[in-house]
Amino acid sequence: MSASLKRTPLYATHQALNGRLIEFGGWEMPVQYTSIIDEHQTVRTAAGIFDICHMGEVFISGASALLFLNHLLTNDASKLAVGQGQYTQMSQEDGGTVDDLYLYRLTDKEYLLIINASRIDADVAWMQKQLAAFPQQHLLTFENRSDKYGAIAVQGPKAAEFINDVFPGGSHAGTHVHKVTELHKNQIATFNLKATGALCWVARTGYTGEDGFEIVTTASRILEVWDTLMDAGKTHGLKPAGLGARDTLRTEVCYPLYGHELDDKTSPIEAGLGIFVSFEKGPFIGHDALLAQKTKGPQKRCVAFKMTDKCAPPRPGYTVWSGEEQVGQVVSGTLSPSLNAGIGLAYVKPELAKKETVIQIDIRGKKFAAQVVGKPIYRKAV
Amino acid sequence: MANVPADLKYASSHEWVRVSGDIATVGITDHAQAELTDIVFVELPQVGRKLAAGEACAVVESVKTASDIYSPVSGEIVEVNQPIADNPALVNQSAFGDGWFFKIKLANPGDLAKLLTPDAYKAQIS
Repeated sequence: MSASLKRTPLYATHQALNGRLIEFGGWEMPVQYTSIIDEHQTVRTAAGIFDICHMGEVFISGASALLFLNHLLTNDASKLAVGQGQYTQMSQEDGGTVDDLYLYRLTDKEYLLIINASRIDADVAWMQKQLAAFPQQHLLTFENRSDKYGAIAVQGPKAAEFINDVFPGGSHAGTHVHKVTELHKNQIATFNLKATGALCWVARTGYTGEDGFEIVTTASRILEVWDTLMDAGKTHGLKPAGLGARDTLRTEVCYPLYGHELDDKTSPIEAGLGIFVSFEKGPFIGHDALLAQKTKGPQKRCVAFKMTDKCAPPRPGYTVWSGEEQVGQVVSGTLSPSLNAGIGLAYVKPELAKKETVIQIDIRGKKFAAQVVGKPIYRKAV
Repeated sequence: MANVPADLKYASSHEWVRVSGDIATVGITDHAQAELTDIVFVELPQVGRKLAAGEACAVVESVKTASDIYSPVSGEIVEVNQPIADNPALVNQSAFGDGWFFKIKLANPGDLAKLLTPDAYKAQIS
C-alpha cells in the first residue's frame, strides 16, 4: 500500500477487525471484513456499520450562505427547513458534474456539505474559485473541515432498534425531536453520545436503500461513536461492513457513484438525476447547459440492466451492444447478492433506454443478453 | 493460516495438482479461495483442449474481481468439474475436494518437477 494514502481515525479498528484494506480515492479503506456477500446480507436483514470518515465536510455559514449555495448547486437549497437535508449536484458551466453531494441546513444560516472522498480537493478548489467571484463573499464563511471531522453510517432495518440507546436524549439543534428515531428521512439533529456525551450530528439517511443513520462528529470523537454503536448493536446483529458491500448495495438501488455514473463529462440530466436540478429557483452554475439538454433531450442515458443469460458478473468498462452495433458502456456492474444475478448501470443511446429493451454485454469477448429494467433494480419487499 | 495439504504439488499462481497415474487433477488453493472470498462464477475449459504449462484456461470470479486460472502442467483436458459451474461456492467450501476444476492428461511428466513443494508454497503465502 502506498505510503501517501490517507487513513481514517478508525484505521487501527479495521486492522483489529481483520478488515482487508484497499486504496479508495486516496484513502486506505476496508473493502470487507468477512465477505462482501455476508456484509451485504447483514445490511439488508439486520444492520451494518461503515466507516465513512474519508468523506469530506464543508461548512458554509452567514447571511449570504443560501444565496451562494443556490448559485453553486443544482437543487433548491431554499426548500430546506432547519434540520433538513437534500441530495444535490454541483455542475460546471457546460453541465458536466463536479460532484454529487448532500447538503444539510444545520441552523438558520449554517449549512453542511458532505462530499465524496475522492473529490474533496477538486470540490474545495472549485467552491473557492466560485466564492472568489461571488459578489457577496464577505457575507459568508467557508470552512473545509474534512480533516477535522469524521463520519459513520449505520444502515439496515434493525438500525432504528438500537440508535436511541446510543443517543439516549433529545436533540439540541437541527430538527427538534425527543429521540433519534423521531427523525424522518433526510432530517438531521444534534445528540449527545451515551456515556461520553460527545456531541454528534445524526441524520436519517444513507447509501444502501435501507433505513439508517449517518453520524458526523469531530475526528477525535469518532472512535467512541463507533465503539458505542458496536456495543449497542451487537445483540441486534450489527456487523462492520466495507466498501465492497457499500458498492453492491448502492448498485442494487441505483445510487450513483462519482467516477462511475457521474463525471465532468456527464450531467445530472444524462444520469437520470434531473429531479435534483431546480430550474425554477433562478440562475445557477450550469443552468443554461442543463436546461438545453433537458429541452432537447440528452445524447446518452443511464439505464439499469439485469443479465438474463447465465454468465460472469458484468464489470465497469464492459461494452454494451444492440446486435452488431456498440451502443454504450457499463459504468457499474456486479453480482447482486440480493437477486443472485448480474446487474449494472450503463450509458446507452437514448432510444435504448426503455424498460425491457434487450441489450447485450460483452463479457471478456463473448456477448451475453441483458434487459433494461426500472430503477431501483432491487426493491425491498413490503 | 491456510490449509496446504502435504500430498499435493503447487503452482506459484495458486493452483494445486493431485497426480494419479498420468492424470493430474487441478484446483485452486485454500489460500486463493480465501483471498478471492465469495466465488460467484466459474468458467471451465472445454474437454479435449490441449494446454501448455502456464496457459490460462479457466476463470474464477468473486463479487469484486475476475481471476484467470492457469494450467500448472501441459496436456489435454479430459474432464471438468461441472458442479462448480452450477454452484461456485463449492470452491470456497472445499477447495481441495469437491471444488476441483479439471483433470488433465499429462503430456510431459517432467512438468511436475517444476511445481512447488507444500513447504515452498507455504513459504510463498506466509
